[in-house]
Formats: sequence, C-alpha cells, structure tokens
Amino acid sequence: MPEVSAIQAVLAEDEARLLDDWMREQFAASNVRRDLMSDAELRQQSAEFLAVLRTAVQTGRLDSVAGPEWAPVRDVLSSISRSRALQGFSPSETARFVFSLKQPLFTRLREQVPPERLADEIWGASSILDALGLHTTEFYQKSREEVIARQQQELLELSTPVVKVWDGVVAVPLIGTLDSARTQVVMENLLGRIVENEASVAIIDITGVPTVDTLVAQHLIKTVAAARLMGAECIISGIRPQIAQTIVHLGVVLEDVTTKASLADAILLALRKTGFTVTRIQPRA
Amino acid sequence: MATRSETRPLRSEEDVVYSRQAVRSWAVEMGFSLIDQTKLVTAASELARNTVVYGGGGTLRLEQLEEGIRRGLRLVFDDQGPGIPDIERALQDGFTSGGGLGLGLGGARRLVNEFHIRSAPGEGTSITVVKWK
Amino acid sequence: MDRIPILKMGRFLLVTIQVDMHDRLALALQDDLTQRIVKEGTRGVLIDISSLEIVDSFIGRVLGNIAAMSRVLDAETVVVGMQPAVAITLVELGLSLPGVRTALNVERGMELLRASLDELSYPEVDGYAE
Repeated sequence: MPEVSAIQAVLAEDEARLLDDWMREQFAASNVRRDLMSDAELRQQSAEFLAVLRTAVQTGRLDSVAGPEWAPVRDVLSSISRSRALQGFSPSETARFVFSLKQPLFTRLREQVPPERLADEIWGASSILDALGLHTTEFYQKSREEVIARQQQELLELSTPVVKVWDGVVAVPLIGTLDSARTQVVMENLLGRIVENEASVAIIDITGVPTVDTLVAQHLIKTVAAARLMGAECIISGIRPQIAQTIVHLGVVLEDVTTKASLADAILLALRKTGFTVTRIQPRA
Repeated sequence: MATRSETRPLRSEEDVVYSRQAVRSWAVEMGFSLIDQTKLVTAASELARNTVVYGGGGTLRLEQLEEGIRRGLRLVFDDQGPGIPDIERALQDGFTSGGGLGLGLGGARRLVNEFHIRSAPGEGTSITVVKWK
Repeated sequence: MDRIPILKMGRFLLVTIQVDMHDRLALALQDDLTQRIVKEGTRGVLIDISSLEIVDSFIGRVLGNIAAMSRVLDAETVVVGMQPAVAITLVELGLSLPGVRTALNVERGMELLRASLDELSYPEVDGYAE
C-alpha cells in the first residue's frame, strides 16, 4: 500500500465538490426517502460523515476500520443508524447511504490516479466503504433490539401497577397468567415501590390469576423473603381453591407467608399491623 | 469469543474487595441491570474469597464475551490449593452446614447463567462463571 | 486500620456502614460493637446498610453473629435499609439471616426497638401513698 494513499488526497483537497457530487448521486436515486428526511438534514448527515471520514483516512490504517482512529467515524455512523432506525428507514436504506459514496469517490480517483495504481486504490476505497456500510446494519440491529426490549419492559410494568393503599401499605393486584419473566419484573417493581412508599406491608393479590406453577410460586416466595429482609411484611391474598391445591400438590412450602382469602381481609390486616382500625361512624342505611 | 480480558491477583482480603470493584466496573460498563450487577459482584465476592482463604491464593481473570449479538462477562477463578475432594457435596452445601466446607458454591451458582468447576485433591481448583446480558 | 464508627443515639447504638468492607474490617466491627454494648449497657443496636450495594455470605454471617451476640448481652439488633437488589441476591444465595430483625430505615428501626423494649420492661408497680 503506497505511503500516501490517493483517497487521502481526494478527501483532503476537494471535500466540498465531493459532497456536492454525492448529494446529487443520493437525490438522483429512485429510493431517496424525502418522506422521512428533509434534503437539508440529509446534506448535514452526509457532510458530517465526510468530515470524520477525511480525518480517519488521514490518521488511521486503511486496511481496517476497527482501530481507535476510526472511532469517530463509527460513532457518527452509529448515531446516524440509530436516528434513521427511529425515523423508519430500513437497514438497507441506511447501508446504501454509505455505499452511495462509492460512485463519486471512484470518479475522483479515476481523475487523479495513474492507471497502474487505479485498481488497488479503488479496491481499497471500496473495502473501507463496504466495512462501514456493514457497521450500519449492525448498529441498526442493536437499536431495534433496544427499542423492542424497552417496549417489552414498559408493557410488563404497566400491566402490574403497584398501588398505595394507605400510609405504609402497598398492594399489587396481579391479573392474568403469570410467567417467570413477568413475575420477576413484578418482584423488582414491588420491592422498589416498598422503598419509595416507605411501606411496611405489601399485599400481593392473586385473585385474578388462574393458575400458578412451581416456578411462579417460588418467585412469589422469594419476593416475600426479600421484602422481609428489607423490613416489610407481605400478605398474599386471593388464593383460589385450585391454586391452593396446586401449591400443596407441588410441595411448595408457604409456612412463613401470611395468606388471606380475600383482598378485603388482607387490607384490614395490613391496616391493623400499621396501627390503624376501621370504624363505622354512620349506621347502615 | 473474548474481546477484552484482565487478570488480577487474589492473595489477600484487600484483593477480594478490589476484585469486587473490578467486576462491578466491568458490569456497569457492559450495561448489566442493577440486579444482575449485584448478583455478579456477590458471586465474585464468594468465589474470590474461597480462592484466597481456601485455595491459598490465586488469580481472577475477567473476560468480556461476544457471541454474535449477545454479550457476556466471564470470570475465571484459579488457584493451586488443596482442591475440593467432593465437588457434588460442595455444590449442595449451605453456608452454615457443620460437616461441609461451607464454600457456598451452590449459592454462587444460582447467581450466574453458567458455572463450571474443575478441581481435585492436590490439583488446585478452577471455577468459571458466565453471566449473559 | 480504619474502623467503622459506632454512634450513641439516646439509649441505642447506631452503626452506619458506608464502605465496601474487607473481612477484617467486618470482624473488627463485630468486636467493637460487642464491647460497646457492654460498656454502655445498651439494649438496642441499629445497623444501617442503606449504602451497602453488596452483602455477601461473609457479611451476612457477621450480621447474624452481631444479632446473636447482642441478644446474649440483652440487646436487640435491627438491620435497616437493605437495598432491593441486595435483598433479592441474598434470597437467591439462600441466606435468610435468621434472628436478624429488619426495618426500612433508621426511624422505623428505632420505633421497632422502642416497641419491643417497652413490651419487655416490667410494668410500674403502683404504690399508693396514704
């Protein structure tokens, strides 16, 4: 590889014209997504990429884009990929953004490089842009995964709200089938709310839960144990006859756990434990 | 495939504390949740202490793993100590059991995703744990 | 070697653990506390672990020992402020800290100590003067 590569020269000397050519190339393409991004924004992204590319090519190795000198380029590409993913671009559209630089770049190289070196230079430039284009698809993938994971988390949290019943008493009414993942999220959520609300009693109501398996029962027991270590007591309420049978059948031991048949009973007990009582002040009509 | 690795000595109690901090810092950097960080550091603390106290000192190697999309943290605890005579029993022992070694290996195993142990009397002990993000 | 400070709060002792303790430091705390309990004639000890991000089996055992030793010396121990992540991990480890009472924070811990001590203290014997 020659000491000063022609690509360094091309990027150093004529960035402005290269940018114009590249913009023309991108706008001419049939798949430009003007519905997703304005022309000005596209130009800004392209300019930003060219700028870091120029610096990296000056200081970094040209046979690999993994080194530290290429970090600014990878960073710019990752933020471009992330924002494009959010805007709704497909991964190939984002990769094409990088690949579309090839044509204007090769045109420049053909103008400036003597024929005997041209093939090597074009190959070098092409390899770099290929590697960078592939990077965008990886970043894209990761962003989508992050979005999905975050949405899943939010859904889980929304479906199991922890409510404050009274000073020092919180309750979480579980509804629907419990799986291991969901129970774990509930557990972490509940413990956090216990701290937030300075609750000394937490009611876990499973009236709305049709079945419980060993794993879920174990998670519940662990939640109760963890809450106790933190200084809060748990009451499990709303255990249906079928669930009671399953629990005994599975050999799950609930001895240390306070249970109440109904949520109402649990609330009354919780209030008593925290020093309150319920008094009727008006005779029943 | 390990993309980054670091080896630390485990010769003293202070080393146990330092390795807790190292594991915490790697776990934070790799983006593990708070609960997973806590489990990792706690498991590391147990195993590091065993290496110092029971194994006569050794090393901890931290490795960042990348397998396609998923990332993990691997911890390898090595010592040239007396070795563990009955591994099955050690894995079942609780912390306060009278006859056993009380190494708490079973507990540490529950905190991680993968747990491998190689040990024999006179041959030292090597324990590898992995937690995936 | 630094030692963990033990404060006197009324009739109770308060220990706030804020550092990542190595084993020797934890054992020193155990010693220091038992000595202070005897010296002050304290009936209640509060151990604030709200800053502890890690409680492993060793620290767990130390906390259990402190509770047991204090009880022999006629004092109650309450451990307060355990963080959720720590609690979950301890449960997973299989440590239940038997004999260790817990509370959410120092305030609640003191209420707990006061309540249990008042229950245990002998009732005043009324003497009526003529």
